[in-house]
Amino acid sequence: MSEVFFILIAAITIASAIWVVFSSNLIYSAVALLFTLFGVAGLYVFLYADFIAATQVVVYVGGILVLIIFGVMLTNKIADNRISHSSRPRFMAGVISFFIFVLVMTVIFTTTWHTGEEQIATATVNTIGEMILTTYLLPFEVASLVLLAALMGSALLSRKKHG
Amino acid sequence: MNGIWASTLDILTSYGSMISLAGVGIFLIMAVNALVAVYFERKVSAFMQDRLGPMEVGIFGFKGGKKFWGGIGQTIADTVKLLTKEDILPDSADKKLMILAPFIIFIGAFVTFIGVPFSSVLLVSNFNIGIFYIIAMSSVGVVGIILAGWASNNKWSLYGSLRSAAQIISYEIPAGLSLILVVLVAGSLNIHDIVGWQADHRWFIFHSPMAFLAFFVYFISGVAETNRTPFDIPEAESELVAGWMTEYSGFRWALFFLSEYANMLIVCILTAVVFLGGWLSPMAMFNIFPESWLIFDGIWWGAFWIMFKAIFLIFVMMWFRWTFPRLRVDQLMYLCWKVLIPFALVNLVLVSIWELL
Repeated sequence: MSEVFFILIAAITIASAIWVVFSSNLIYSAVALLFTLFGVAGLYVFLYADFIAATQVVVYVGGILVLIIFGVMLTNKIADNRISHSSRPRFMAGVISFFIFVLVMTVIFTTTWHTGEEQIATATVNTIGEMILTTYLLPFEVASLVLLAALMGSALLSRKKHG
Repeated sequence: MNGIWASTLDILTSYGSMISLAGVGIFLIMAVNALVAVYFERKVSAFMQDRLGPMEVGIFGFKGGKKFWGGIGQTIADTVKLLTKEDILPDSADKKLMILAPFIIFIGAFVTFIGVPFSSVLLVSNFNIGIFYIIAMSSVGVVGIILAGWASNNKWSLYGSLRSAAQIISYEIPAGLSLILVVLVAGSLNIHDIVGWQADHRWFIFHSPMAFLAFFVYFISGVAETNRTPFDIPEAESELVAGWMTEYSGFRWALFFLSEYANMLIVCILTAVVFLGGWLSPMAMFNIFPESWLIFDGIWWGAFWIMFKAIFLIFVMMWFRWTFPRLRVDQLMYLCWKVLIPFALVNLVLVSIWELL
């Protein structure tokens, strides 16, 4: 049963991801990205990572995707219906993409994946909270500092210069 | 191979019937809610402005006239009118996105209802991350609003949708911060655990002065998130015609309306569950009532209490709408970033100290 759903969600994710790349209209790419991000959230649910799935929706769909669409609308001639991007240096892009593909594939097939007994996680939030404030306290604090610096930096950059 | 498919099909149909049952139920709730709320809103606005409101169309023997049930068939007539209206797509609009956008908004509201409780048992799925799921899914609709505004290829629509996006994203922060306060005290995101805490102790609004303040911060942010007056600058009639809905008509416009009233219901039910004790009766909280009154706390009474609280909050939202003037764009952002967010943040720190004491 869950396999059918898994295949369905994976198919939606991949198909819309391909659409994101190949669509020549930026807004259409953004809409396709909506389905990709939802698909990824669905894949998290299959890993019993409910908290991560909801976070994915909050951060990526509710925040970043909206920002992307916002940015596209404000930077281009918004009255123009044809907001498009071109793919000019195709040869170089093809070479680089090929090498990235080879790299990713090598990593996938040489890594020894940790496979354990299938177990159903019941509550992930408590564990995540405890881990963040005990085992992974330093990375967590560093991440929050980086975010704070980014916030202040963007506020400084977007501020009107006085005098 | 054949066997696998047959069993898969079996499970699919049994799951399918469960899922479609829940889906039809949610859709019915959304539709009935919109029907009743529109009529209620018109009557409330008429009451506030000292007039009668709709009073021509009667139904089932309730004849129209100058009585308080005078126009009880009005919304049904309006719905029929909406659904039979000509469906207009402007020539220069982006047709595909214009068709897609209302459905994104509608689906955003629809899937949110999966986590919204109507009583202790009338709940489609009791997630571990209940509240967080509701916040996450209700933030999806804003994508649809932006797309609707952009695809219409109309200046008013675009302005409306940009304002709406800025507003909804901003007000999610104080709303989230006030809910975190409750999660911090109850120690769980699960809706049953949160109401359970309130059953053991007291309603969250009475937990502490901070929680009392958080209730108002959350409710104001909720009103702003549903784009209602005094925060309705995305569709300010006097400036933007109808904002991002300007170019829509017929069925798709009806979907916007359905989703807007559904979002109101979601915000009000969530406020009732988180701050006002959910399906607990008011009698259970105060010990001054005789024991026999506690029968009002049964499973089915729970649905009554939760809807009673939610409908009262919806009434308060309508009260806001017909008594407050609309805020300017800068006032709106000022209220969010310089008033509500600092209050919510300080609140959060104070309530942590309160819990430690």
